[in-house]
Amino acid sequence: MTAMPSTELPANRRDIRPGPIIAWTVLLIGGLIMVTPLLFMFSTSLKTAGQVYDLRLIPAAPTFDNYLKVLGDGRFMQWFFNSTFIALTVTVSNVFFDSLVGYTLAKFEFRGRYFIFLAILSTLMIPTEMLVIPWYLMSSQLGWLDTYWGIMFPGMMTAFGTFLMKQFFETVPNDFLEAARVDGLNEFTIWWKIAMPMVVPAISALAIFTFLGNWTAFFWPLIVTTSKELYTLPVGLSSFAVEQSIKWEMIMTGAALATIPTLLVFLVLQRFIVRGVMLAGLKG
Amino acid sequence: MAKIELQGLVKEYAKTRAVHGINLTIEDGEFVVFVGPSGCGKSTTLRMIAGLEDISGGNLLIGDEVVNQREPKQRNIAMVFQNYAIYPHMTVGQNIGFGLYTSKLPKAEKQRLIEEAAKVLGLEKLLDRRPAALSGGQRQRVAIGRAMVREPAAFLFDEPLSNLDAQLRAQMRLEIKRLHHRLGTTIVYVTHDQIEAMTMADKIVVMRDGHILQVGTPTDLYEHPVDIFTARFIGSPSMNLVSGTLSAGGLAIEGTKWDGGKLDFPDAPIKIGVRPHDLIVGTEGPGLTLSGEVVAVEPLGSETLVHLAVGGETVIATAPGRVVPKVGSTLAARAEPGSLYLFDAATERALGRA
Repeated sequence: MTAMPSTELPANRRDIRPGPIIAWTVLLIGGLIMVTPLLFMFSTSLKTAGQVYDLRLIPAAPTFDNYLKVLGDGRFMQWFFNSTFIALTVTVSNVFFDSLVGYTLAKFEFRGRYFIFLAILSTLMIPTEMLVIPWYLMSSQLGWLDTYWGIMFPGMMTAFGTFLMKQFFETVPNDFLEAARVDGLNEFTIWWKIAMPMVVPAISALAIFTFLGNWTAFFWPLIVTTSKELYTLPVGLSSFAVEQSIKWEMIMTGAALATIPTLLVFLVLQRFIVRGVMLAGLKG
Repeated sequence: MAKIELQGLVKEYAKTRAVHGINLTIEDGEFVVFVGPSGCGKSTTLRMIAGLEDISGGNLLIGDEVVNQREPKQRNIAMVFQNYAIYPHMTVGQNIGFGLYTSKLPKAEKQRLIEEAAKVLGLEKLLDRRPAALSGGQRQRVAIGRAMVREPAAFLFDEPLSNLDAQLRAQMRLEIKRLHHRLGTTIVYVTHDQIEAMTMADKIVVMRDGHILQVGTPTDLYEHPVDIFTARFIGSPSMNLVSGTLSAGGLAIEGTKWDGGKLDFPDAPIKIGVRPHDLIVGTEGPGLTLSGEVVAVEPLGSETLVHLAVGGETVIATAPGRVVPKVGSTLAARAEPGSLYLFDAATERALGRA
């Protein structure tokens, strides 16, 4: 048997294409720009007060003392709980209400549907800073200042979430919903049992955006709360900076701890975003 | 099981009328196929029967009761959709069992019904699989299983096979027909594929532009179409049509010869229809003889479809056996007396056979 001539080029003679090299270089630079502050945050959290201005990335004598101090401080744990509770509640509320309204706008024909959708969208054009005063006045009159509800109510349902969910529900084929209707389900059960599982990627995206947005929210929680027990983590951490001399190592430790839930949320939910389940039930 | 009656059923969308007051009785246990081109109103009619579309006028009776205002679930019908509509987040077993979601049967009984349906459809080993891991035919069977498990008064099928390949479609046609024999439930089936209609139906309803053109058995429709549309729609390949004139009991057609005796029709311009399988190449005798140049051939193995250019029109004839005529050659094809369909050229209505 004779050997067939190989059609493959030797590895060192492959064409070097500039496209991927440029793309990787740009991505690398972008990644470094974003990661560097985070690395310094972790690095500073491992330094003592005297080493903070020593800008070496790897501390000369790394220590976990700051973590022990922050975790041992009851206020931090309280703020951590406040942030978790608020971010989770608002996320669940958004997933429920934004989906319900988005589904109704996407799948039901009724008079004024378009107008309602436009009205909801138009609220996206108003900056938060303009809304803070009416929110504050409303909270003040209704006795919501310095309450969890006061912090949460502006974000319990968002125009962005409604818009996102409506767009996704529009991609759910009506056949699924009609099949369920013929099977005798009521409209709420159709939404909950059939439509919602088909937009899991959208729900995950909405949950991540909402959780992160509320976890890092600073402006409104700062305005609506005066009692330190109700501070959220960002507001609490900023108070570290102003109450005495600025303790950078403590602030960085708190910030480092604050990133953990956001990373967890992303790691848990990202796979649902990638997984497109919906088309599997349709024609092959 | 139930009889379904459509009494002057109308569907209007804003100012457009999609279904124009149709009347039809579907007997208990009958397999009725609605057939017609896209936009003819067949799916709309089916959806009105299902309760997925409001009825704009007329009455719909299921089992002698007017059900116009009833919700789909109150009509006790089951529907199989073109896209199967089986839920991707549920297993095969859960999908089939979903038909019983609102049923108050005990869990064990539901499980028994699911297993029974799965057995009939050959899905027993797939009950724990997700739809993504199934083939097109298996998915369609799951959809049928979900409909079956409820033991409905009638099954409605909305073009259920159009997403399957030709081989699977033929297999599923047979399976659905067998299922109908086994269950004896009324089936209303919508398709644009006349082969499905011919092979499955007890009764075919031909629709066009929201009107019923003809109702009959497959043989009725094939042998006695009421107009050119039905004649060309039923039968594959489509019926050939050539223009001609009836005069003094004879047929005058450009490029053809009529040798089939005197015809008892009044003089008029007509269209003459002849089915490709009645127009045989290379035979001699009385009847209609067409001759022309071969412009294309479609060998099918046991026979060949031959496209002939006759007087500016192309007609399809059949060459029996395995000899494939050459493109460019000239051939004559003959149709026996009695195999022709005559239509009025102006109204396109059938005049009779010749």
